[in-house]
Amino acid sequence: MLRGLAILLLYQGIGEAITHFSGIPIPGPVIGMVLLFLTLTLSGYTMPQWLGHTGHFMIRWLPLMFVPACVGIFFLPNTHADEWPAIVSVIVLSTLITIATTAVVMKWLLRPEAEHLS
Amino acid sequence: MTFISTAWIIQAGLLILTLAIFSVSFWLYQQCKALPAIHSLLHPLVTAPLLIGGLLLVLDIDYSQYRHANSPFFFLLGTATVALAIPLHQQFHHIRTLAKPLLLTLLFGASFAVISALAIAWALGASVDTLISLTPKSVTTPIALGITEKIGGQPGLTAGIVVFTGVVGAICAPWIFSGLKITDDRIAGFVMGISAHGVGTARAFEISSRCGAFSSLGLGLTGTLTAILLPWIVIACSG
Repeated sequence: MLRGLAILLLYQGIGEAITHFSGIPIPGPVIGMVLLFLTLTLSGYTMPQWLGHTGHFMIRWLPLMFVPACVGIFFLPNTHADEWPAIVSVIVLSTLITIATTAVVMKWLLRPEAEHLS
Repeated sequence: MTFISTAWIIQAGLLILTLAIFSVSFWLYQQCKALPAIHSLLHPLVTAPLLIGGLLLVLDIDYSQYRHANSPFFFLLGTATVALAIPLHQQFHHIRTLAKPLLLTLLFGASFAVISALAIAWALGASVDTLISLTPKSVTTPIALGITEKIGGQPGLTAGIVVFTGVVGAICAPWIFSGLKITDDRIAGFVMGISAHGVGTARAFEISSRCGAFSSLGLGLTGTLTAILLPWIVIACSG
């Protein structure tokens, strides 16, 4: 568990350092995720079980870590007060439409595979 | 010295507030598993922020103070993001064989999310400022903030829009999939990662670990693609 946490923190730190020194607008943790994935996949070693345990523990509690950011929705600057109904409608409508159409497109793209299996 | 210790007590109290309210919300969510109609609406990402937000307003606590006290969670969010590499690695054999349909879905989904938001906002008469702040809505928060600063949107507004998009997507996606009779958890996961970033990914892991892995992939790819392309598109459109 602690060894796993140390590995995750190491990659988070490397990712942050790369973002900081290169000026790439991609957040450090995302770069850290890509680097850890490349290390695990390209190294050819079997991933140690303890790393898997720590990883699944962190992911299980991912919703908890989003809570403080979500609370921020209720404390936004008042500069766009008159546009709120429009903004909320845009988000709800476009998110629902995007999910539905993207799912249908992906199902259609995976069709050859389904035909192949049947 | 007394002053410092008071500040520490408040800080610990605000951290405990998050943990306690989340535990209650999580318990409630588990208890209502048998009620599919309202189950999604009782997700801890809906109930916990509502309860905490309400409490902060009632107790007259500034959000910036709450946010500062809860900075360990913002840091751990980064650590958990790195951890997404693990399921991605474990499911890689499923992903590798689907490279082409996944890339095509990504290009379609990521551009559709931006275009549909802009089209609806424009039809409803939103200001240019709002339009720009809406464009990175499907990207994970830290990437979205980086993008909005680059293209001249409002960071506070963008952060709110991104988080709200994630919550709406994570809550509604399972309903949409059952309405469209989509049972393939690879499709469910990838679409949730593209359209509802980290919040969607957290929800996808509740469906299955394969669903979560495809969601992590969608999240990482959409964030990277949008971060690279969007500043150029906005420059091209405004210039």
